[in-house]
Amino acid sequence: MTAKAIVVSDLAKNYGPLKAVDRVSFSVDAGEIFGFLGPNGAGKTTTLRMLTGIIRPDGGTASILGHDVVRDNLAAKQVRGVVPEMSNAYVDLTAWKNLLLTGELYGIPKKLTEERSERLLRQFGLYEKKDRAVKGYSKGMKQRLIICMALVSQPPLLFLDEPTSGLDVESSRLIKDIVREVNKSGTTVFLTTHNMEEASQLCDRVAIIDRGKIVAVDSPEKLKAKSKELQSIEVSFDRPIDLGGLAMADVSKTEKAGDKYRIYTGNPDAVIKRLAGFAEEKGLRIVTLNLLAPSLEDVFVELTGKGR
Amino acid sequence: MASLSMITGQVKRSFAVAKKDMAIYYLKGPVIIFGLIFPFFLIVAFMLGRNVPVKDLYPGIMGMTVFFTATSVGPAIVPWEVRSMTFERLVASPVATWAILLGDTEASFCFGLIISLLTAMIAPLIGVSILHVLVFGLALVLATICFAALSILLSAYPPTDTPGNTMMLASMVKFPLVFVSGVFLPLGQMPEWGRLVAYISPLTYYTDLVRYSTDGVSYFPALVDIIALAVFTIVFMVAAIWVHEKVLTRRLT
Repeated sequence: MTAKAIVVSDLAKNYGPLKAVDRVSFSVDAGEIFGFLGPNGAGKTTTLRMLTGIIRPDGGTASILGHDVVRDNLAAKQVRGVVPEMSNAYVDLTAWKNLLLTGELYGIPKKLTEERSERLLRQFGLYEKKDRAVKGYSKGMKQRLIICMALVSQPPLLFLDEPTSGLDVESSRLIKDIVREVNKSGTTVFLTTHNMEEASQLCDRVAIIDRGKIVAVDSPEKLKAKSKELQSIEVSFDRPIDLGGLAMADVSKTEKAGDKYRIYTGNPDAVIKRLAGFAEEKGLRIVTLNLLAPSLEDVFVELTGKGR
Repeated sequence: MASLSMITGQVKRSFAVAKKDMAIYYLKGPVIIFGLIFPFFLIVAFMLGRNVPVKDLYPGIMGMTVFFTATSVGPAIVPWEVRSMTFERLVASPVATWAILLGDTEASFCFGLIISLLTAMIAPLIGVSILHVLVFGLALVLATICFAALSILLSAYPPTDTPGNTMMLASMVKFPLVFVSGVFLPLGQMPEWGRLVAYISPLTYYTDLVRYSTDGVSYFPALVDIIALAVFTIVFMVAAIWVHEKVLTRRLT
C-alpha cells in the first residue's frame, strides 16, 4: 500500500454563512505531484492555507506525513515547504539573508543552510544576484527565490500556490522543470493552479474543487477518458461555410473558432464520415481535420459548470 | 506537554526573528536617529527654564527614554508584516506564535536597551550620580523587557494590516501612562487619586527605582518595584500571546 503524504477528512472552513471549504476529503500519495484545481473562490487557497497551518479549520482533520495540522502543528510545519502565490520574501533583505533566515527558522545548522543556499541559488540562476536586496528583483526572480526558500529545508512535502501565475515563459518553464526534478528526488508536491495545461503536464493526479466541495479526484488522463462526450473534431474548409444547418447525429455542440469549427461528439466516426460526405456534396476541400481528446480544461469546465 | 528541547529550539528560532526585526525595522537611519535624538530633546525640554535640580528630573528622563524607545517600533511590526505577507511566511514556518512574539519582544528590548544605555551613560556628564548601580542596571533591563512586551501587546488588537492604526492606538495608551507614572511629579507629591492611577502603570515602578538608584529614596521598597515590573512583564507577554493567537485567523483572512 502506498504511504500517504496528506490525508484530509471532512475538512471545513466557514466565513460567516459562507462555507468556503465544505467537508472536503482526499488523500495524496507520497511521491506524487497532486494538483488542486478550481475556479476563483472555489476554496483552493483556503484548503491550502489550512494544510499549511496558516489558518485553523473549523471542522474535520488533516494530517501531513502523519502529523495532525492542528494538534501537531509544529511537527507538520517542519516537514513541509510552502511557496505562496505572491512572493513573501523580505524585500529589504538580500536573497542570501532571506535563505539564512529560513534556515534558522527551520532549525538547520548555518553551514548546511549556506551549502544548500548556494546550490539552490545557482540552480535557479540567482547566485550572481544573491547580495542584492530582493526589492530590486523582478517578479520571476522573486518567485524563484521563494521556491529556493521553500526548498532550503529539503522538505519531503512541498506546497505551491499558483507557482507560475503571471510569470514569463522562461521563469514558468524553469519552475515546472524544478518541480519535476524535486519530485523525482522523492518530494511529494501539492500544487494549486488555474492553469489546466500546467496541471495536465505536471500532475499524477488532480482534485477539482468547486464551491467548497470536491467534484472529482483522479489522474488527468482518466478524467479526460471519463468525459467521452467531450471528444471533438476540429475541421476547416477551403472557403467559409456555415455548419449550423448541417444535421448530424451524436453532436452535443458545434463551436466556430476562427476559421475552424469544433464539433463535440461521443461518436467521432459517424461525424467524420458525415463531414466527408458534406464536403463532397458541396465541392469543398477539407483543409484541417483533427480528432481532439478532451482537454483537462474541458473536463474542468464540465465538472464545475462554468460553461453554462 | 512541550519538551525542554522543543522550548530551547523555539527560543533559538525567536533569536532569528529578533535578528530579522533588527535588520529590517530598527537598524534604519530614521529609527536610530529618532532613538538618539529623542532622549536629548527630553533632557533639553525638561531642563530648559525650570529651576529644578537635574537629579530630580533624571528619573523622568530615563523613564521616558526607556518607555518610548522600547515601545517605538514594536506595535507596527506585526501589521507591517501582515501587509507585506511576510507574517504568513513566519506563521507557515515551524516557529510557534509565542516564539515569533518573543522574537519581536527581543528586538524591541535590544533597541530600547542600547538607546537607554546611552542616556544612562550621560548621567555623570549632567551631574547625576548613580548610588545603586546594580539596582539601576537591573531596573533598566527589567523595564526594557516589560515595555517591549507591552509594545507587542499593543500590536495585537485590532488585527489590522495598517501600522498607522496600531501606532495611533499605542500613542493613546502610551501618552496617558507617562502622565500618571511619576515622570513629571514624584509619586509622594501626587494627590491620592493620582497615586491610585499610578499603581496601574509599570512606568511608575521604573521611575521609582531610578529615583532610588540616584537619590537613595523611593516611594515603594525597591523589591516591590522589581516584583511589580516582573509581574507586568509576565502579564503583558501572556496577554500578547493570547490575543495574537485568538485573532490570528482573522488577521490572515
